[in-house]
Amino acid sequence: MSPISRGFLGRRRPVADPSRIPPGQYLTKDFPVLSAGPTPHTPLDEWSFTIQGEVQEPVSWPWEEFSSLPSETITTDIHCVTKWSKLDTSWKGVSVDTLLEQVNTEAEYLTAWCDGGYTTNLALEDVTDGKAWVAYQYGGEPLEPEHGGPARLLVPHLYFWKSAKWVRGLTLTPDDEPGFWENYGYHNHGDPWLEQRYQGD
Amino acid sequence: MARAALPGRLKWLQGSVVEVIDETQRTKSIVLELPGWPGHRAGQHVDVRLTAEDGYQAQRSYSIASAPEDGYLVLTVEELDDGEVSPYLAGELRAGDELELRGPIGGYFVWEQSLGGPLLLIAGGSGIVPLRAILRHRAATDGTVPVRLLYSSRSLDEVIYHAELTRLGTDDGVDISFTLTRDWPQDWQGHRGRIDRRLLEEIAWPPDQQPLVYVCGPSGLVEATANTLVQIGHPPGRVKTERFGPTGT
Repeated sequence: MSPISRGFLGRRRPVADPSRIPPGQYLTKDFPVLSAGPTPHTPLDEWSFTIQGEVQEPVSWPWEEFSSLPSETITTDIHCVTKWSKLDTSWKGVSVDTLLEQVNTEAEYLTAWCDGGYTTNLALEDVTDGKAWVAYQYGGEPLEPEHGGPARLLVPHLYFWKSAKWVRGLTLTPDDEPGFWENYGYHNHGDPWLEQRYQGD
Repeated sequence: MARAALPGRLKWLQGSVVEVIDETQRTKSIVLELPGWPGHRAGQHVDVRLTAEDGYQAQRSYSIASAPEDGYLVLTVEELDDGEVSPYLAGELRAGDELELRGPIGGYFVWEQSLGGPLLLIAGGSGIVPLRAILRHRAATDGTVPVRLLYSSRSLDEVIYHAELTRLGTDDGVDISFTLTRDWPQDWQGHRGRIDRRLLEEIAWPPDQQPLVYVCGPSGLVEATANTLVQIGHPPGRVKTERFGPTGT
């Protein structure tokens, strides 16, 4: 039981549908930026997306090919571990299902890796069956570098650090290998509805 | 990357407020007695949780302002106009009150002697808080790592820890620079204007000195500063950033 904070009333803003805000989160209208280092600026002619690791044959798409793959438009709520949630964000990108169709794998996990050296780990079941995308548009515009452009992972059912910015590829792995924040004590899975912020939550 | 030692479960702890210190008009330091605190590294943060009488709760993250060696845990909080938790912490909370928090959180934006230097610390506004913890930690551990701090504020009365930073600047190997962006006293001896390439080239260790850089502040300042540092030639992997606040996009 938490103690009462003397004199705290809260500034509760009316939320149209409180059931869309996970525990411990608050609604924001802007789009905060969080990153551990400088924003990479990789030119599109040097950009490619690669699936490697536990696959029979790695596959790689240069930007021109990647942006011509069948794409989807996604409208979804996103939840950052730093407590903000943003509703009805609109993205365009390639479903991870579409990408994985190109490889044969027995792997159950993957590590997403990025320009700038960031990584995050995910179970394959958390990125398949329409649960994850590699997104390159936000709000109908090319994704800005600060928000992860040219392309970022979009895994909206998990805290947003799993939606790796500046993503350049997926390495499929037989074992679950903690990524950047997961190594610094953040939760390995990161389900906002279970409030899995930090290890042990 | 080597796997860092994972902390145990972060339990919610009950702190009691020992003192609330006025730092600036909008900023207060909350000094906490915190039984069960596992200790922290300079640069880490905590989650604070407030509970209203009807059970409603709100959580936010705040950087730790104290060094691991300090006797108390200190949070320095800037009151945000449209904030929910910061107006309570900076306006309502007083000595004797209880405060629930858990941590320490984060393990990347930290510094300790083993990471070496030279150190370049760049802050905007309340972004000074974790960097102050780093400076205090360096001083508390008899550090010899050379450090330069560049701290941007809107005006002199918004400079947090002004007296302490000025005093730290007299230590061997510590160089503290202030810049004011909006207004300044007529006899102001520090820098004027936003942090830009010219100011960074004047104050920052050059890239061939391979400084370890920590930038903390509002998102726009951090983005511009980190980009400029990379343009000047600092390796991105040596530039650690922490941002707060909206982007306006």
